[in-house]
Amino acid sequence: MRHIISLLMENEAGALSRVAGLFSARGYNIESLTVAVTEDPTLSRMTIVTTGSDDVIEQIIKQLNKLIDVVKVLDLNDGKHIERELMLVKVKATGVFKDEMKRMCDIFRGRIIDVADNSYTIELTGSCSKLDAFIEALDRSAILETVRTGASGIGRGDRILKV
Amino acid sequence: MDASANPATEPHAKSMTGADIVVACLNEEKVKFVFGYPGGAVLHIYDALYKQNGFKHILVRHEQAAVHAADAYSRATGDVGVALVTSGPGATNAVTGIATAYMDSIPMVVISGQVPVPAIGMDAFQEVDMVGVTRPCVKHNFLVKHVKDIAPTIKKAFFIAKTGRPGPVVVDIPKDITAHVADFIYPKTVEMRSYNPILKGHSGQIKKAVKLLLGAKRPMIYTGGGLVLGNGAAELVKLAKALNFPVTNTLMGLGGYPATDKQFVGMLGMHGTYEANMAMQQCDVLLAVGARFDDRVIGNPKHFAGHKRTIIHVDVDPSSISKRVKVDVPIVGDVQSVLSDMLEILAQEENQNTDVADWWSQINEWRGIQSLDYTYSDSVIKPQYVVQKLWEVTKGEAYVTSDVGQHQMWAAQYYKFDKPRRWINSGGLGTMGVGLPYAMGCQFADKNAQVACVTGEGSIQMNIQELSTCAQYGLPIKVILLNNRYLGMVRQWQEFFYENRYSESYMDSLPDFVKLAESYGHVGMRITNPADVEGALKEAFDRKDKFVFMDFLTDQTENVFPMVENGKGLSEMVLSPLSTSRMKGEA
Ligand SMILES: Cc1cc2nc3c(=O)[nH]c(=O)nc-3n(C[C@H](O)[C@H](O)[C@H](O)COP(=O)(O)OP(=O)(O)OC[C@H]3O[C@@H](n4cnc5c(N)ncnc54)[C@H](O)[C@@H]3O)c2cc1C
Ligand SMILES: Cc1ncc(C[n+]2csc(CCOP(=O)(O)OP(=O)(O)O)c2C)c(N)n1
Ligand SMILES: [Mg+2]
Repeated sequence: MRHIISLLMENEAGALSRVAGLFSARGYNIESLTVAVTEDPTLSRMTIVTTGSDDVIEQIIKQLNKLIDVVKVLDLNDGKHIERELMLVKVKATGVFKDEMKRMCDIFRGRIIDVADNSYTIELTGSCSKLDAFIEALDRSAILETVRTGASGIGRGDRILKV
Repeated sequence: MDASANPATEPHAKSMTGADIVVACLNEEKVKFVFGYPGGAVLHIYDALYKQNGFKHILVRHEQAAVHAADAYSRATGDVGVALVTSGPGATNAVTGIATAYMDSIPMVVISGQVPVPAIGMDAFQEVDMVGVTRPCVKHNFLVKHVKDIAPTIKKAFFIAKTGRPGPVVVDIPKDITAHVADFIYPKTVEMRSYNPILKGHSGQIKKAVKLLLGAKRPMIYTGGGLVLGNGAAELVKLAKALNFPVTNTLMGLGGYPATDKQFVGMLGMHGTYEANMAMQQCDVLLAVGARFDDRVIGNPKHFAGHKRTIIHVDVDPSSISKRVKVDVPIVGDVQSVLSDMLEILAQEENQNTDVADWWSQINEWRGIQSLDYTYSDSVIKPQYVVQKLWEVTKGEAYVTSDVGQHQMWAAQYYKFDKPRRWINSGGLGTMGVGLPYAMGCQFADKNAQVACVTGEGSIQMNIQELSTCAQYGLPIKVILLNNRYLGMVRQWQEFFYENRYSESYMDSLPDFVKLAESYGHVGMRITNPADVEGALKEAFDRKDKFVFMDFLTDQTENVFPMVENGKGLSEMVLSPLSTSRMKGEA
């Protein structure tokens, strides 16, 4: 099953490679991994999207907790949560595509953030599946380039991951 | 910031160089021996240690041996072992030693030199990314970038190495900062918000466990390296005695329960005894203590899970629990603390009697197979016989180190360890070459003790250069070489699984070990006749101040039995020809 794991770790050189190394050494999947410093500059927060059986996910959580730099780990799937990912898509904006791309962007509530002679760059935020759906909906030949950030997740309401 | 070590509020901090700070930190930690080898990046540190007389530096002949010796020193004493190596090749030579300690959870601090901070990343002379290279095989590692960070980092390194599930910690120190100057304050305590191992077990779970144990009809206690590491042997003996339960040890756990006691059923696993493996498979309640259900212990996991039993698992590392085998009552905590709590709860129970008479008669029936029996010969030396005589001659009190192979299994099977921390070997990584440096670590740990290194002619050659170190420090180690002129363990697998195709498992062009030993000033002995084994051992151990290298020419094709073949279930053992005939009622 797909899980979103959030964790707080010491904002120190090499901390990211410990997590990445753990996943590759033990053969765990990583669908995406995002990391950035938090409002407390000594802490980084990471969101990892992974897949695995319940046993594998249990081991992943335990192994992450075992890393000395990791302060707290939360499996967001254990409760209600929200996930968001940002995607930038550069598409052809010539001929029939010009109106078509504008229309698709509106339907998915994206924004055109760059307009050039022959292309638009569309910004879209949402769950990973929404971004997938957008790509699916576009004519493949219109897509020039895509870039995605990977998912960020947060618990709903009182579920708070803090030191 | 709460993530750092707390500096003590000392009014007169002394201004010192980074190198002097390193040395002062080790002395603050009351380190007695540092095993190491010098080089460019650690020259300042070597100069600093020349000027002190707190700890003694032991000069090895290869950095791998420095780390193995520090590792064995820790296994023998329980203290943190310390090694010091230079950057680049010194650091990479240390890696096998670090990985070996990591797999067996041994507390160790390895200090490696690094190129100066401005040179890092420039492909400088003797530069290697030590933090990167060792990341998968350390409990934690640090690259120190400022002289003021040296003391708090070393304090943390020792703390991390010895607490929770122990393990090696690497501290990589660039050369320039060992010349920089800072005030030296050694922190008194460490607080890390990200690292707080749980030591006390959950009382509800412990109560539940005691109830299950009291109700068991076919109980089994299975203990491992964690019982030895956590110094819980005394508590375990009390518990096993109170309950009258059978006890088995893993290879790493030998000595955790006295081998000469009647409740001990021997080692279990791939080369475990018939009774230990049968009881492990057929028990109804299993108490696992500081053991990690390794693949060499449970055989095929599906086969193991095929038998219904209730498993109680005590381990300080939550990730060891339910990793390979699902358990029913997990107890996260330190062995000593949890076992003490169990004893206390047991004492409060009204009825402490257990009903295990039938189970014991079943176990005694299995014992009747005598799975460790072998056929003695008066023409060729049987390796098992040498180990038995070694046990007798040393009255079971020696530190026994081993290398990796058949000789390791025979040492484990036939030397009866009654005390923890006496059996020193590489279980998890299975590193050939540890035997001699391990013996050095033990002899430094206890200079008057009898130390025997049981080895093979393949393994001993992997760190043979340490004969020189042993000469330099006058270490009276006894090497027991079970010389079968084969990479015996490999040969055994080739005999069983590759139709006797002995591909590259013959050890040709062996040195004359007697002359080799003599060339270092040691005593060399060659023993070829079974009748001479006991006398030779006595003679060697009587030479209390000499290093004796004993080359026993043993039966070339002897095999290790019992054996659980790869993929087979624990109870599907291949027995020795002798036990097989006994099983069929022929003997
Ligand atoms: C040639 C060869 C053959 C082998 N054959 C066998 C065999 O037949 N039988 C066998 O048993 N092994 C055998 N091994 C060894 C095997 O590979 C493993 O190393 C060994 O079985 C692991 O032992 P263990 O389960 O005691 O775990 P260890 O590696 O000793 O792990 C200790 C466990 O205890 C925990 N722990 C540590 N400190 C504490 C504490 N204070 N409190 C609580 N828990 C703690 C740790 O978290 C860990 O889970 C063989 C190895 C070789 C090289
Ligand atoms: C460094 C290393 N290389 C290879 C192996 C694989 N290996 C395991 S046992 C063994 C044979 C050991 O031979 P020897 O030391 O003569 O012992 P014997 O089995 O003959 O008693 C080998 C090659 C290993 N464990 N370690
Ligand atoms: Mg051999």
